[in-house]
Amino acid sequence: METYSCLQHYWWFLISLLGGLLVFLLFVQGGNSLLFQLGKNDEERSLLINATGRKWEFTFTTLVTFGGAFFASFPLFYSTSFGGAYWAWMIILFSFVLQAVSYEFQAHLGNLLGKKTYQFFLVLNGVMGPLLLGAAVATFFTGSNFIVDKGNMSNFSMPVISQWTNSWHGIDILFNIWNWVLGIAVYYLARMLGGLYFINRIKDDTVVLRCRKQLFSDAIMFLFFFLAFLVRTLTNDGFAVDPETQYVYMEPYKYLNNLIAMPAVLAVFLLGVIGVLWGTFKGVFVVGSRQGIWYAGVGTVLTVTSLLLCVGYNNTAYYPSIADLQSSLTIANSSSSPFTLEVMAYVSILIPFVLAYIFYAWRALEKKQITREELKNDDHAY
Amino acid sequence: MLEQINTSLIDWSRAQFALTAMYHWLFVPLTLGLALLMGIMETLYVKTGNDFWKHNTKFWMKIFAVNFVIGVATGLILEFEFGTNWSNYSWFVGDIFGAPLAIEGILAFFLEATFVAVMFFGWERVGKRFHLVATWLTGVGAAISAWWILVANSWMQHPVGMYFNPDTMRNEMLSAESFWEVAFSDVALVKYFHTVLSGWVLGAVFVVGVSCWYLLKHRHQQMAMASIKIASIFGLVSSLIVAMTGDLSAYQVGKVQPMKLAAIEGLYDGGNSQGLTVIGLTNPAKERYDDGVEPFIFEWKMPYALSFLATRDLDGYVPGINDIIRGGYTQPDGTVALSAEEKMKSGRNALNALDAYRTAKQNGDAATAEAILPALEKDVKYLGYGYIEDANELVPNIPLNFYAFRVMVGLGCYFILLFAVILFLAYKKRLSQMKWMHWVGLCSIPLAHIAGQAGWIVAETGRQPWAIQDLLPVNAAVSSVSAGSVMTTFIIFLVIFTVMLIAGIGIILRIIRKGPQEA
Repeated sequence: METYSCLQHYWWFLISLLGGLLVFLLFVQGGNSLLFQLGKNDEERSLLINATGRKWEFTFTTLVTFGGAFFASFPLFYSTSFGGAYWAWMIILFSFVLQAVSYEFQAHLGNLLGKKTYQFFLVLNGVMGPLLLGAAVATFFTGSNFIVDKGNMSNFSMPVISQWTNSWHGIDILFNIWNWVLGIAVYYLARMLGGLYFINRIKDDTVVLRCRKQLFSDAIMFLFFFLAFLVRTLTNDGFAVDPETQYVYMEPYKYLNNLIAMPAVLAVFLLGVIGVLWGTFKGVFVVGSRQGIWYAGVGTVLTVTSLLLCVGYNNTAYYPSIADLQSSLTIANSSSSPFTLEVMAYVSILIPFVLAYIFYAWRALEKKQITREELKNDDHAY
Repeated sequence: MLEQINTSLIDWSRAQFALTAMYHWLFVPLTLGLALLMGIMETLYVKTGNDFWKHNTKFWMKIFAVNFVIGVATGLILEFEFGTNWSNYSWFVGDIFGAPLAIEGILAFFLEATFVAVMFFGWERVGKRFHLVATWLTGVGAAISAWWILVANSWMQHPVGMYFNPDTMRNEMLSAESFWEVAFSDVALVKYFHTVLSGWVLGAVFVVGVSCWYLLKHRHQQMAMASIKIASIFGLVSSLIVAMTGDLSAYQVGKVQPMKLAAIEGLYDGGNSQGLTVIGLTNPAKERYDDGVEPFIFEWKMPYALSFLATRDLDGYVPGINDIIRGGYTQPDGTVALSAEEKMKSGRNALNALDAYRTAKQNGDAATAEAILPALEKDVKYLGYGYIEDANELVPNIPLNFYAFRVMVGLGCYFILLFAVILFLAYKKRLSQMKWMHWVGLCSIPLAHIAGQAGWIVAETGRQPWAIQDLLPVNAAVSSVSAGSVMTTFIIFLVIFTVMLIAGIGIILRIIRKGPQEA
């Protein structure tokens, strides 16, 4: 494989990994969506908010880095999806903005809207964030309505190269039932991860017992929607690319073929699914176990990473256009130049160092579980 | 699909980005300044073991937290608005511009996010020294983050290290080494210190102002005096460096963005030995550069100062707006400037050559494509001018730039004086008795915010109509979305940000009223 292609594959791997980490970190949103179900009074809600409130910056930072990395490595996606599916991304952004301030604001007097309103914003982001991010990712498999014509650059009055072909500008993502299905699956996955995280972080029998019960029903819902999407995706036509001509065409069982053609990706996928199931099993049935989040978390990262690799590797169009197949984005036609990818590849060598200090700081901060007693004495508690 | 880009779409897109950036810059500079002051105070706590400094640190940390979350929220929007509202920009220069943003995320933002959690929640969970390191690393993360953002912004002011690739229809890095040219350009270096230190000045003014309020109310006087001493030393040094880097910045603008300098000065007809307008009243009747209307109702100039500022020579030549439009003068690099008409003609030639090149390539006619290349390469430098219809579009908003610049510089000078006087009075032990000075300190807080906003107005509107100076005008950078959609999101953001601002101020005022824990 030539160097440029290697760099494109390397960067798609990093994007996939960041995507996996982002979905794992949606446990913050999932946990928030459960705020009023698991927390029956102010004290219990405070426990839940303080548990996720010490991690929300990571989800936010990963979202920003995910965006930045996409911008730097595959700018045509950035240009086409964000500029085209305008409303879908804007609604996601609105919900994340509200979440960012809500932790801090709900804990203070003088916050204008009252504590409950900010807690409602946390729930809103907890539902909308995973649902819409999941639906947006589903379009990688189902396609979107756009055309790309780089020749427009020389058009004096209309130089925009990427255009959405309808006036819905991203709302149309919700017109495809399968985008909903993956969105709902991601929503329930986030709730499962949130529940498992609470079980790990909170030392309170009442709340933990509720988490375990809730986890079971969320897991059932997740499995139903995830399996439905998986079966549909593996048995349907997919968006294939001719490696010689870059011609995009529909190939039966494309994503199943991809997994078979890339056994390592298949193995990672299966390992990930087993991790999620095992973590969930421990959370629901093994009383006293707090480790479910680690199995399910690692499983989530592996599953999502492998699914994104499946949609980008092996001559596949990762952001297909259903308005014009030949406008579909592939890792070859949408990436940055070799020089930019090379420079960025050097920068990416620092990622393990970043992960190491995050792990170190996380461990140092989380040696003790959160208790009701501690929150009463902590002057920065939410 | 849009048939053509209209001015309404461009205006709303610009308004939305400006709204987000201005709200972002209301909060971020305070976090930059407070982070450093918190680091100093916590260091004193760890060194002396005196709880007084711990309570002080914790108090400013609470205010930092409120600013931090709004800064994070608005920062996220800014990054994504490059895609949502400036999608063509994202493709045209994403190859160069995206890298600093990604590096910011990987190297700086994670550092900040990781250690800010330790800083807020780690007082009773980690050791004293680890906590101190976390506080400093939060500030370091913010400073590194600012570096990459300002590298990106500096590149928009002075694009370097790239070439236009007609096959991909975008600008790309010339070589892997070009990255260093982008990351450490002179413009980026000066902009970084000027901008970040202006944040430190704001942090210092804020601490001085809040402390003055405590002196007025006869509360927490020990804490107030200690904070004033630290903040005014820190503020005085920072504001002097801001003045120096401001001077360097003006010199650079004179070299690489002469139209911006002319707009800042309202200078239509330049020449040698130009004076700097200290005060003036712009003439609202002036609508075009070539309408013959006098640009000022009155103005008072400091002789030779503009020539010295822009060229480091009292007799140096500074082109005015008419000179830049007409061309024909000798530029700092020794070449003769082309007129706007010549550049626009070259730009249209480049667009036509590009179209012909692409058509030939699509038809598989490699020979024709090859033959077109020299013509394209000859004019490609002015490709962005091909999207300009009227030379008047090349003139930024003069009154806005003229007044914003004077507000920024005037307040910058005022802060030097403020810190010097307060520091003098604090060490002479007279400050605690001087009520009027407490009011001066308190009332200076909004002035520091106004100075920061004015600075960004000059930086961004002085570059118009260019999204990237001389390379890509805003009408070729915008997304193909309806103006109505952008107007709606603008209104939603306006409401959300304003509610956040009011709530944030409300919370900060409560925190201040409650005050720090007494030792």
